[in-house]
Amino acid sequence: MRPFTYQRVATAAEAAAAVAGNPAAKFLAGGTNLLDLMKLEIERPAHLVDVQDIEGLNAIEQTGDGGLRIGALVSNTALAADERVRRDYGVLTRAIVAGASGQLRNKATTAGNLLQRTRCPYFYDPNLPCNKRNPGSGCAALEGYSRQLAVIGTSDKCIATYPGDMAIALRVLDATVETVQPDGTERTIPFGEFHRLPGDAPEKDNVLAHGELITAVTLPRPIGGEHVYHKVRDRASYAFALVSVAAVIQPDGTGRVAFGGVAHKPWRVEAAEAAMPQGAAAVTAQVFADARPTEHNAFKLPLATRALAGVLAEAKG
Amino acid sequence: MDFNQPAGTNLFDNARVIGKPTPRIDGPLKTTGTAPYAYERHDVAPDAAYGYILGAAIAKGRISAMNVAEARRAPGVVAIVAAPDVAPVGKGMGNVAPLFGGSDVAHYHQAIAVVVAETFEQARAAAALIRVDYDRTPGAFDLARAAPHAGAEEQDDGAGDGGDPQSQQTPKRIGDFADAFAAAPVKVDATYTTPDESHAMIEPHATIAGWDGDKLTLWTSNQMIAWSKSSMAKILGIAEENVRLDSPYIGGGFGSKLFVRADAVCAALAAKEAGRPVKIALQRPLIANNTAHRHATIQRIRLGAGRDGRITAIAHECWSGNLDGQSGEDGTAQTPVLYAGANRLVASRVTHLDLPEGNAMRAPGEAVGHLALEVAMDELAEATGMDPVALRLANEPTGEVPGKPGTRYSERNLTRCLTEGAERFGWARRNARPGAVRDGRWLVGMGVAAGYRGAPTQKSAARVRLEADGLLVVETDMTDIGTGSYTIIAQTAAETMGLPLDRVSVRLGDSAFPAAAGSGGQWGAASSTAGVYAACVALRRKIGEQLGFAADDATFADGRITAGDRSWALTDAGAQVAEDGIAFGDFQKGYDLGTYAGHFAEVAVDAFTGVTRIRRMLAVCDAGRILNPMSARSQVIGAMVMAAGGALMEELVVDTRFGLFVNHDLAGYEVPVHLDIPHQEVVFLDTVDPVSTPLKAKGVGELGICGPGAAIANAIYNATGIRVREYPLTLDKYLDQLPQVA
Amino acid sequence: MAFNTTRRAMLAGSGAAVALTQAPGAHAQSTGAGGGTPPSSMPVSFTVNGTAAELELDTRVTLLDALREHLELTGTKKGCDHGQCGACTVMVNGTRINSCLSLAVQHQGDEITTIEGLGTPEDLHPMQAAFVKHDGYQCGYCTPGQICSAVATLAEIRAGIPSHVQGDITAAPVFNAAELRERMSGNICRCGAYSNIVEAITEVANSDLGAA
Repeated sequence: MRPFTYQRVATAAEAAAAVAGNPAAKFLAGGTNLLDLMKLEIERPAHLVDVQDIEGLNAIEQTGDGGLRIGALVSNTALAADERVRRDYGVLTRAIVAGASGQLRNKATTAGNLLQRTRCPYFYDPNLPCNKRNPGSGCAALEGYSRQLAVIGTSDKCIATYPGDMAIALRVLDATVETVQPDGTERTIPFGEFHRLPGDAPEKDNVLAHGELITAVTLPRPIGGEHVYHKVRDRASYAFALVSVAAVIQPDGTGRVAFGGVAHKPWRVEAAEAAMPQGAAAVTAQVFADARPTEHNAFKLPLATRALAGVLAEAKG
Repeated sequence: MDFNQPAGTNLFDNARVIGKPTPRIDGPLKTTGTAPYAYERHDVAPDAAYGYILGAAIAKGRISAMNVAEARRAPGVVAIVAAPDVAPVGKGMGNVAPLFGGSDVAHYHQAIAVVVAETFEQARAAAALIRVDYDRTPGAFDLARAAPHAGAEEQDDGAGDGGDPQSQQTPKRIGDFADAFAAAPVKVDATYTTPDESHAMIEPHATIAGWDGDKLTLWTSNQMIAWSKSSMAKILGIAEENVRLDSPYIGGGFGSKLFVRADAVCAALAAKEAGRPVKIALQRPLIANNTAHRHATIQRIRLGAGRDGRITAIAHECWSGNLDGQSGEDGTAQTPVLYAGANRLVASRVTHLDLPEGNAMRAPGEAVGHLALEVAMDELAEATGMDPVALRLANEPTGEVPGKPGTRYSERNLTRCLTEGAERFGWARRNARPGAVRDGRWLVGMGVAAGYRGAPTQKSAARVRLEADGLLVVETDMTDIGTGSYTIIAQTAAETMGLPLDRVSVRLGDSAFPAAAGSGGQWGAASSTAGVYAACVALRRKIGEQLGFAADDATFADGRITAGDRSWALTDAGAQVAEDGIAFGDFQKGYDLGTYAGHFAEVAVDAFTGVTRIRRMLAVCDAGRILNPMSARSQVIGAMVMAAGGALMEELVVDTRFGLFVNHDLAGYEVPVHLDIPHQEVVFLDTVDPVSTPLKAKGVGELGICGPGAAIANAIYNATGIRVREYPLTLDKYLDQLPQVA
Repeated sequence: MAFNTTRRAMLAGSGAAVALTQAPGAHAQSTGAGGGTPPSSMPVSFTVNGTAAELELDTRVTLLDALREHLELTGTKKGCDHGQCGACTVMVNGTRINSCLSLAVQHQGDEITTIEGLGTPEDLHPMQAAFVKHDGYQCGYCTPGQICSAVATLAEIRAGIPSHVQGDITAAPVFNAAELRERMSGNICRCGAYSNIVEAITEVANSDLGAA
């Protein structure tokens, strides 16, 4: 871990300015992924701006249009446990508690969870080529061990997956991300536009500018329906998804679905959702139409179909 | 004490302490965080500096340049030891590649430099500032490619792949396998693969090293103190009497800490260079490639049987690889012993690989051998239409050990393990037709496997000191790696000296104490307690000489001695010390000393996703006298957990381009967590083995991993009708064979 | 849906050579600030097991290393240092976290409880006593983390925190083996004492409920 200076700030604007003014600065919230990566010198900030004291970022509030505004610092545990979330946005609670461990969820924050980086093993080993960690060095995963990695939305530069669970649910709930930009202005980012595809710049996971601070994630009005998050993994808990399915299914068989573990971002194709009443295969045929799996991870395509089929069957049941 | 013939009736047959479920005497320390592990000895080395190891970034080749200038200038750096500046150290026991020194790189993450600094943070940061240039050379990293004949055809000469002195270089033949197999009306011919596995103990390899002149002390985490003391001397080229190891608590080993590893060597070299004690713990991402692992295997099994299920021909061939092309994973180890059959062939072949070194992991050989043999037996049951339990019973040997002519079983109760296990597990409820039992979205099945693990004995010594106040102190370099040594040794001493358990104090793991068997090969419990018994007998005799009675005819109980009509307090002779050990005679060579188990598992496989979850596990064990049923049970359930991991998820993934294990941390290398493991049941048969030790005990710590994985694999087959022969049995390998769902 | 293999899968081997020549070694990461930034230290104070601690620490020191190396409270264990094993679990302001993934300087003013704060060998906490009684450990290295996690787990169930294995996510969670197993899954025990650990925690949970 490189040496760094450490600063606490009291307001979001102060935080944004502190990071924006220093190219080697980063925000620190829960730290559960950032410190992990700093120990390996995959992340090398020279200055950390700890945002834990910022007032107003730790609340879950009703919005004017009947939705919820989740402060950036709300812990994963607090968000999952919120009565309103459990009642109206069950897929979100389900997704959160399917991720990581109790200890990590207690520390991890709403904003930080969106920013967790890939678990690609080549990203995690600084000796090996990785365009995300070291742009231009090559992608060792393309022809390497790619069982966990992306099957769709990949590029010749990167086949990393976004590893989180919570974001898959937020995608299906049409959440928006609120930020404060370095100049103090606020912006709202639709969830589907928040994470990037790797393309030619896999080092960039999302659309945030340097110094842009997430202040909240907003959920629109509840949409009813049955909320399901089904996570498929080798071990029963404390493991990243091979494939996960976040779904909200209405009594008439229509619904929404997003997939985790398959792409560099939560993967949702709204147009495919019209096929939900026709069954899982009809949906995934469209959702994964452009898939480019590797030999190691081609199983994720039938697995996604089968996992969705299980979700639909149980929703009917 | 020489153990030259099977034990007769002795005090352990009427035991008051031995054999009783006894909570660990070290439990209050472990549960309060006050048991000191290697890296935590602030008491012995308050001024220790921090060492951090840099691992090689290539798998094979040479360091062409190493620049440590920037690292040396980094804040807090006290010393740097660079491998190119140091001649390669000697090899200790079990070391396949040198642990440090020279410019050659033998495997990925081999230690190539150690940085010493005032703080951990400084040492870690400075290590990242070392610049290294390498000349890479190609290597052999793919077992299937390095052993192209593996699984394909019989190799008559067994040559060409090197030879392992510990395993069979030349195929061992009995009768005429080829003819018998050809003539058999029922045949199974299947090839199974098992991956490289990591011990993944939770305490990393860790050492504090300190020099006092020529004398080196290592506060370390090591299973085999005497081996490692002499190894350390050899590695550093110093006199053995100048080395002391102290390892009172060991946070898991499973074979990974049998031998000296880079933490100890680097700490010793760095402490010399720094002129003060240095502490090093291997960082987790280094462990999988820097240290040893269980070798991958390719195993071919052929079984020929009559329609009655009786095996007439049995062949087990195993291929594995290692850096030295010699010491491999002998998956055939159980095959000569487990089942009858007149015509036999076993062969273990080892090829050269440039991956990090393979070495012993819990039940080396048998743990993965059962994953092949016991699934092949399930396949034979299917082929003959027999129940898998009945098939095994039909192949129970009579007389000599079928694969070891001239050798008898010392004690074997496998049929009881299987029949009593079947009864207890509700085996009769199993539907023999695969894929027929459904519970909602789950396909449910049951599986069985037999288990065998050798029960070797090793000489073992101890010193016992009776203090004037009646406290008995036992000192031996035996280790407790979670096995419960502290407690069974205290029980043995309490039993022999007639003291309550709380009047016995046990000190372990210090090379200044008499050399014990150590913790390996599941010999530790039986051997070390026999050694403690020998020392206690010597103490009894010494007291007898002082007080004037024949100790061997006296009764020691409740802190008193009774001989004839005379009686003394144990302390009447005052403080006394005695030292002795047990040595096992050649008579044991005429026996196969083994432990047996019947393993049962019930699994559920998600018909949609193929995810497998274990619902029940049972082991019925035949392992001689169980010294402490509580800690012995823990050994078995723990081994069953590791077996479940091996069956369902554990795999060090080889990148055959870079020559390394890619998933080298505990997120990438998945081991079972709480939610993977159901309630586990263990039954110990009330058997004793007089051939083994005076206590008639054998080990159980490795028996528990021999078989449960195969039982799980067989249960998956019973649940789904799908047979996967490539471990671990992850869903991607059979998803396309599951019932259509969408 | 068919298993499609892409062009890149078939290229394996040929393209690999390119990656190899570009690849590895420390040079791959020699960009950035180097050793340029000097270490920074800061005062931090918090309480550990009710005792105030005032430290001047390198900003890089984790809460785990502050406990183990600076306060010499070595009951909290370092198993992986990357949040992958749970051996470092402590309670901060009553909530369990992985102390390896938290900087000490993040904990100004916090109340930290470690295994040493639960009980002593002479005066065991009920959870510690239950682990001894049920042999809920073997090597003992993950044990302090398991015990801290277990104590916090019972509190989390009482507080109504939902879990992955709950049937009805809107309902209050209940104490049962599946809940305990799921909630304890962040604490790896390689010795495999899980079955016994769950029995130990169940005993404490039942006596807690009985007392409540």
